[in-house]
Amino acid sequence: MTTPQQETVALGVAAPAARQAMRLQTRHWVLAGAIAVALVLPFVFQGFVVFQLTEVLIYGLAILGLNLMTGFNGQFSVGHGAFFGVGAYVTAIMMQRWNVPYYWTLPPAGIVCFVVGILFGLPALRLRGLYLALVTFAAAVALPQLLKFHGLEGWTGGVQGIVVNQPDVPAFLPIIDADQWLYLFTLAITLLMFWGASNLTGSRTGRAIMAIRDHEIAAAAMGINAPLYKTLTFGVSALYTGVAGALSALAVQFVAPDSFSLFVSINFLVGLILGGMGSLPGCLFGGLFVLYVPNIAESLSRGLAGVAYGVIMLLVIFVMPSGAAGFARYVGGLLARHREVELPAHRATPNAVARPAQRVEHQRAESAEND
Amino acid sequence: MASAGAAALLEIRDVALRFGGIVALDGVSFSLQEGDILGLIGPNGAGKTTLFNCVSRLYTPNRGDILFEGRSMLARPAHRIAEIGIGRTFQNLALFGPQSVLDNIRLGAHAYSRSDFVSDTFHLPWAKRQEAAMTERAWSLIHMLELDDVATRPAGGLPLGTRKRIELARALAGRPKLLLLDEPAGGLNHTEVTELGALIRRIRDERQVSVLLVEHHMSLVMSTSDKVVALDFGRKIAEGTPAEVQQDPAVIEAYLGTGATHVIEAAAGVPAQ
Ligand SMILES: Nc1ncnc2c1ncn2[C@@H]1O[C@H](COP(=O)(O)OP(=O)(O)O)[C@@H](O)[C@H]1O
Ligand SMILES: [Mg+2]
Repeated sequence: MTTPQQETVALGVAAPAARQAMRLQTRHWVLAGAIAVALVLPFVFQGFVVFQLTEVLIYGLAILGLNLMTGFNGQFSVGHGAFFGVGAYVTAIMMQRWNVPYYWTLPPAGIVCFVVGILFGLPALRLRGLYLALVTFAAAVALPQLLKFHGLEGWTGGVQGIVVNQPDVPAFLPIIDADQWLYLFTLAITLLMFWGASNLTGSRTGRAIMAIRDHEIAAAAMGINAPLYKTLTFGVSALYTGVAGALSALAVQFVAPDSFSLFVSINFLVGLILGGMGSLPGCLFGGLFVLYVPNIAESLSRGLAGVAYGVIMLLVIFVMPSGAAGFARYVGGLLARHREVELPAHRATPNAVARPAQRVEHQRAESAEND
Repeated sequence: MASAGAAALLEIRDVALRFGGIVALDGVSFSLQEGDILGLIGPNGAGKTTLFNCVSRLYTPNRGDILFEGRSMLARPAHRIAEIGIGRTFQNLALFGPQSVLDNIRLGAHAYSRSDFVSDTFHLPWAKRQEAAMTERAWSLIHMLELDDVATRPAGGLPLGTRKRIELARALAGRPKLLLLDEPAGGLNHTEVTELGALIRRIRDERQVSVLLVEHHMSLVMSTSDKVVALDFGRKIAEGTPAEVQQDPAVIEAYLGTGATHVIEAAAGVPAQ
């Protein structure tokens, strides 16, 4: 009785496991190709375009922060620009007031934002959905005013803001310019943080974060402490967006209260939705969109740039209703089906057909034994 | 089956719970011996789900106590029930829809494993080893419940019978000593119900899991349980072997009273253990 069952098992594993391995391999190649392209880009373009590409990475990283909380954990924030701003100011203050080297300012920027995020996460435990969104909204509205506040002017520079020195090219890389160096530095940090996010979301902790989003009561029954995970996720989300803010202070070489208006938060949200909730590569697409589409809109019509932006956004939503990530999955699915039709021998149909009959037989034997 | 003298795995002691004016549970007491499958029956609205939710700590009784392995568990929040060895399924299914079947089952092992944001973000070696072990156990449950073909698919869109098996696999992944099943037969056809009964017994026999089976479907309870407790209007009206409870006048009355004659008739055709 056990033999046919074991056979079924052996046949059954092979198909999905092999399919998954193939998918993983494809993904690794795509990733390697993307990194290679990203490494070459600053040497193909120069000056302003390299700065813009740096900004795309920075926005992508900031959107990733928002995604961890909203896309993966289901907590809504319309105020992530506040963390972006706090991160930027931590870097600006440390560099310009305390003469700390730029690379040492990133960890403190992340940690400060993590702590601020945790503090916001605590009330978030009692607030859900739109109420939580309102609290984060309030934070985004309050931040610019706080930065202008007289009592803090000694640090923040008040309305004037702080001019930040561009990081020098390290001595061992004399052949590249400052823009290229900053791009590569940003790319390294971005890759590191995406690697971490990919590890996290593909692990036990990440699954717990998503389980809370999907069904909080069932998550509790699995032993998941939702308040703890939600608070920590808020903190990690703020950390990611804060580090992005710190990088943006280096790239823009200037921080001022009005650079961190509510509009920044809205941009992150737009990038998140168009890139795809719960998708890591989608964040970079979101960054691309948020950075380039306003420029494209402006080049279409100077007077009606806002309208053009809106129309482009509608078109994107129409073509890709579940974001770039959903669109990529859809296209990938079409391609896979196409391949399967071409190679019918690869499908495990005989096994699939045999299965239900075997199961009934097996159960019958079982109940006969028990009666 | 445990001997009569053994200590109870789960003991319900005089549990009462009101929702506003409604008395959902009114001093219910019974106990479940280790290794037993205990069927909890009763017409709709009898208080079965409410009692079930008291055990899984979604509700706190107004009165009485619930003991697991001799210790009161009422001080535990819902998310600290899995760790003492209680797994559950949900009457209306509560899968993590967008996540794959494999991930759902690995989530079932959450209470049975340790890791944190740092170890998972940096893929520390011990966290990776644990993940591999967890994945292997999840696959063995996938084979056992014949979910191989759908293992990498999102759990949300699958047929009802499949989703019920996923919930069962997910609950088993936590290696429970006690499995709480709330109306697992709901929505299944006759063949599927028969299969389910056999599966529940097989799980008990192979994995030494005791089962609290809340079920409206009389024939499943009668053919599967070692002991049956009947509730009506929040009170225990009968307790005993399936054969005893089935012939109990109060039980027949309770089911007749709600117009469920056919349920008893169907049940009568099933030989008791
Ligand atoms: N959350 C609740 N709020 C108010 N009344 C409830 C709630 N849950 C259950 N009840 C009531 O308690 C009684 C028992 O319900 P329940 O335990 O769901 O019955 P069963 O599962 O046996 O069908 C019913 O009268 C029901 O209306
Ligand atoms: Mg019920």
